[in-house]
Amino acid sequence: MQDLGRPGYAHLGISASGAADALSLRAGNLIVGNPEGAAALEVTLAGGTFEFEKRALVALTGADFEASIPLWTRVWLRPGEQVRCGQARSGARCYLCVNGGIEVPRVLGSMSTHLLTGLGGLEGRALKRGDVLAIGPTLRTLTTHPPPPTTHRVQGAPLRVTAHASAYPLTDSAWEVKEDSDRMGLRLRGPTLDRRTGHMLTEGVPLGAIQVPPDGQPIILFVEHQTTGGYPKIANVISADFHALGQLRPRDRIRFEQISIDAALTLLAAQEDWLHSLA
Amino acid sequence: MLVVFDDRISLPAHRDVLRLTPLLRSVPGVTNVHPAYASILIDFDPRKIRHRDVERAAAELFAQAVSAPFPEPRHLEIPVAYGGEYGPDLVAVAELTGHTPDDVVAIHSGAEYLVYFLGFLPGFPYLGGLTESIAVPRLETPRQRVPAGSVAIGGSQTGVYPMASPGGWRIIGRTPLRLFDPAADPPALLRMGDHVRFVPARQAAKGAL
Repeated sequence: MQDLGRPGYAHLGISASGAADALSLRAGNLIVGNPEGAAALEVTLAGGTFEFEKRALVALTGADFEASIPLWTRVWLRPGEQVRCGQARSGARCYLCVNGGIEVPRVLGSMSTHLLTGLGGLEGRALKRGDVLAIGPTLRTLTTHPPPPTTHRVQGAPLRVTAHASAYPLTDSAWEVKEDSDRMGLRLRGPTLDRRTGHMLTEGVPLGAIQVPPDGQPIILFVEHQTTGGYPKIANVISADFHALGQLRPRDRIRFEQISIDAALTLLAAQEDWLHSLA
Repeated sequence: MLVVFDDRISLPAHRDVLRLTPLLRSVPGVTNVHPAYASILIDFDPRKIRHRDVERAAAELFAQAVSAPFPEPRHLEIPVAYGGEYGPDLVAVAELTGHTPDDVVAIHSGAEYLVYFLGFLPGFPYLGGLTESIAVPRLETPRQRVPAGSVAIGGSQTGVYPMASPGGWRIIGRTPLRLFDPAADPPALLRMGDHVRFVPARQAAKGAL
């Protein structure tokens, strides 16, 4: 279960969590006529089968799981009908959004699951066979059928980052996503990066920060990251590319490209325009 | 945006962080505020507020914060059952530091600690004031699971695990207090600026743990 997370509690040590590819979640919600931040199912790598007791309006967005319904499309389901997701063919996550939103109790204002601390979602855990979830009241806000989206990001394009100084050799090398990556951090394998020597005082860390621990292998902090950290940070993934982090899978090879903050803001604005064209 | 007051732990820097943090949280467009020893990280939504406006708000609020009286700290006591099954590393800590286990308990519970900030886990306090003579290195191999309420020492720091979690610090005791309860308001028992003492629990009270 994920929505857009619970910002506002970092001063208590609670990171926001939320959908790993928030852009796809928001898009799916807009397609079915929900507010952008309605809760949905986040399906990661291995799929699942989901049965709807009553008639429901759904949409599947994100990666291709060879599902029984088409992606990025509004679909009406009959009572008892199932949505089947196989394995992700490329990318890592898809979102099953339902008109009315899926409902679990809110914890600190959000239905998002923070898996590492067992907070929120359904009992703070991943869903399992037999779980039953409620769907909220039907919303009657649909207008015309939206056009299917054109691709807004080329698959395999470098992840854009900003940094205070040059982010070479991060940008000069290719990196492989390690198997032990999770919602807390995407761990990368590649050349050993130099660390600043000397003691670094623990300070706040943001989503998308690329930090370098003692072994010199960078980690991209992700949606369940710790709110503070003591490792040097060499760059930050731009907000407009956070959704791409949510689609990384183990053994993917990635590269980084350094851009300016102004360029990053322009990309974010363009992405928001794209998203709202779906409504 | 990272606001940095100092490059080392200092009480003046802590006081600046303590007074500025709550003011920053109310700025429209600010989504999260991460206080630390001598800095504050501000997360903001660039669609709602621009970087230069966050900077201006931070400067104005800081001027306001330093002219306000320093708030009286809260003083809290944390009951701890030291050693035995609740403190499996107490004997090791004693051996590593050349004390008896009773001395480690006396030293640990004899100090007053300052909560510099909460981080790492929900409700986890970064405490200042551990007496150096009982500082011990972290475990070579962290435990997969440290029970909730565990009181531990890691390097020159001491703290309490608010929930079960993997952990590499040495566990010397356990408290029945819930440092984090998502249903409570506020959900964290401790807050930045609190003064905390650990109080050895009496034998009778240990049975209730």
